Amino acid sequence: MRLEPIANPTLARTLGYPLLALIATVVIGSLLAMLAGANPFGVLGLILQGAAGSKFAILETLNRATPLIFTGLAVAVAFRAKLWNIGAEAQLYAGAVMTALIGTGALPWPSAALWPLMIVAAMLAGALVLLGPALLKVRFGVDEVVTTLLFNFVVLLFVSYLLEGPLKDPMGMGWPQSARLIPDARLPRIATGLRLHWGFGIALISALVVWVIQSRTTLGYAMRAVGLNRQAAEFAGIPVGRVILKTALLSGGLAALAGFSEVAGLKGNLTLDISPGFGYTGIIVAMLALLNPIGVVVSAIFVAGVFVGADSMSRAAGVPTYIADIMLASSLLTMVLAISLTRVRVRWR
Amino acid sequence: MTVETGAQGTVLRLTDITKRFGALTANDAVSFHLDRGEVVALLGENGAGKTTLMNILFGQYTADDGSVELFGHPLPPGNSRAALDAGVGMVHQHFTLADNLSVLDNIVLGTQSLWRMRADRAAARAKIEQLAQDFGLAVVADAKVGTLSVGERQRVEILKALYRDARILILDEPTAVLTPQETDALFVTLREMVARGLSVIFISHKLHEVMAIANRVVVLRHGKVVGAVETAVTDRHKLAELMVGAEVKPPVVRASKPGPALMRLNGVSTPAQGNTPGLDHADLELRAGQIVGIAGVSGNGQAALAGLLAGTERPSDGDMDIHGLHPQDWSPRTAMAAGIARIPEDRHKTGSIADFTLTENAILEGFDKPPFARGGWMSWRAARDFAANVILKYDVRCPGPETRIRLLSGGNMQKLILGRALETKPQVILANQPVRGLDIGAITFVHGQLLAARDRGAAVLLISEDLDEVMALSDVIHVLYEGQISPPFARGSMTAAQLGVWMAGGGAQDAA
Repeated sequence: MRLEPIANPTLARTLGYPLLALIATVVIGSLLAMLAGANPFGVLGLILQGAAGSKFAILETLNRATPLIFTGLAVAVAFRAKLWNIGAEAQLYAGAVMTALIGTGALPWPSAALWPLMIVAAMLAGALVLLGPALLKVRFGVDEVVTTLLFNFVVLLFVSYLLEGPLKDPMGMGWPQSARLIPDARLPRIATGLRLHWGFGIALISALVVWVIQSRTTLGYAMRAVGLNRQAAEFAGIPVGRVILKTALLSGGLAALAGFSEVAGLKGNLTLDISPGFGYTGIIVAMLALLNPIGVVVSAIFVAGVFVGADSMSRAAGVPTYIADIMLASSLLTMVLAISLTRVRVRWR
Repeated sequence: MTVETGAQGTVLRLTDITKRFGALTANDAVSFHLDRGEVVALLGENGAGKTTLMNILFGQYTADDGSVELFGHPLPPGNSRAALDAGVGMVHQHFTLADNLSVLDNIVLGTQSLWRMRADRAAARAKIEQLAQDFGLAVVADAKVGTLSVGERQRVEILKALYRDARILILDEPTAVLTPQETDALFVTLREMVARGLSVIFISHKLHEVMAIANRVVVLRHGKVVGAVETAVTDRHKLAELMVGAEVKPPVVRASKPGPALMRLNGVSTPAQGNTPGLDHADLELRAGQIVGIAGVSGNGQAALAGLLAGTERPSDGDMDIHGLHPQDWSPRTAMAAGIARIPEDRHKTGSIADFTLTENAILEGFDKPPFARGGWMSWRAARDFAANVILKYDVRCPGPETRIRLLSGGNMQKLILGRALETKPQVILANQPVRGLDIGAITFVHGQLLAARDRGAAVLLISEDLDEVMALSDVIHVLYEGQISPPFARGSMTAAQLGVWMAGGGAQDAA
């Protein structure tokens, strides 16, 4: 078997293979649903209905996409510079903790002052969490995959301590959760009566900002150069270490915004379960988007749609919710394969 | 020993081999044959289809058309063991030896059962010693390959093929890494081999070597055989014309008008990098309007010297002086700021970023300075204008400035790197292996640009493994051996053989 690169893939190729991947995902999901005892032919319809079949469903999908856009951007920014940030989960919680610290009444300020303060503080906290592993990488060549991954557990345990100790809500009936944010600290909903909050708007703006940084600034150019060919970047006089540290600050800050948006927008207080692995799913989102920040928005909505749709399908069809997880995993695998196939041709001998 | 042969003692016959890669025809109905006891040279520029042809022979590729006949039997296509098992050995340009194993182990590796290695060693040693004696391939069987010189490693590679009872030996650019004396020794071995009935395919683009060793020359151009001639009835100029398809003129070098010294190294040393030595108290003077050539077998400190000029390496001892300044904080940035243009040895790994466009690559060394950037914001318009200018002025053949540079040929890539460097109006130019792997057209262009820069008053440091190139271009030649730089030799004051003695480390003693 041989792989031959294609210089200029046709439009049919670029769109055809991802479409095939979607079909394959639906087929796999249908087969699994059949194994679980449901009617396989209704599966696609139920997923679509659950993900985008009503105003409520669409908003639910966008709500779920919001933290994924942030963590997806964080991963995309870092991976572009070949900084393997597997710790978006930790950075997310760091942002969530800062949001809870500031927003639960410590500073009785108006919204106009509180929101920027919370955003900046959350981003700083997330940036600092990734700065450690990045410094170890630049100074001593410590593999950041290991350090960022392990930091996830450290930070999660630390949050657990905070919620059992200093941050514990005295009125919380003993549950490990923080007090609720004061109303001025909450992000408002985009329209009254809808569950979609302004975190989604901030996510879209962030994607745009990241795109501008990557394509229009010297920092973005340097980040891409370092990621694509570190040796050439060094030879050309690009300060590789400094660029990696700046990348880490930006990436950690973006992941922290996911925590800010979940606490201030969706949940209203800090709990240990604000993220069902958004940091890790962010890697999937970023890879599907080929690390393109605008693509991250699309792929985050796609991944959220699969989650929400498959979830709703499993409830409607009476099959286990794990099928949703399997469908997401298979959609990733088939999509990654499809995206590769748009750019190489396989030759069997 | 009996050798199975086809008609008229033909051991290898390629008939109408055609191989296409998409729109590119790498081999177009290539036919030639190799007789018992002869050396056939395969001559052609980079990209002429030599490597593809050998890959087809060794089953790496399957030919779209045509057949290969080995010792009178058709060779099954696409089988990577068939040619090896039939007795074809290949010595690649880049050796495939394990540094941490002995010569003996390297040679027998893969030929013996894992269980009985010990028992066969005595027999293997005897066979290797016999082969070494027969063919003049002196090696120490128990020496670690990591400690051997390049010439010795090549002998091990040849022994490896002979040990496997190769009847046909293919050598891919074997002299690229050898001194002239080592090349002569190799030729003695090859003559001994053909005298004993072996056959050799000698792949090269060096005409005088081809004339010296081959009985016949098969010239490839753009995938086609454009000539098959006996060396007895041709000469270098005719071969060059066949190879390039046009008359080749050597570069016209006018006398230099050396100006003041722009850069000096006084007793500079740099740390060794693994097995390759750093500079050892090197003295060097680069003067305006002069090309200084550094001859020497690669791995003798060229990387350290180039790194020093490029700013990636700092002196650990001694004094470096650039227009009278003694830089404290020496880095690629300060080197460029001091007016040094850098053409790195590896244009793929250090000179360019493969997935960047031509525009992005063109501004790589100045992307954060005006006119390409202001206040952290890129000015892509200025970048595109600059790239378009370089493409036009330096004859970079490409679909456009927004093409990814990986799609360009080596020559066009090098022209872009050259243009990027020369457009800064440098005072000092580091040209490290500037034409390696390029075709003649690109070589002529790059050399012409370096000479023009010299005539404008730049100081050029030319580092090359190709002694012919160094001798043709340099006003002053130094030889680098084990990190030590020889005294300067003026143009024409030394013959290739005399320089070869220095390249092998014998210069200082003979002079004393």
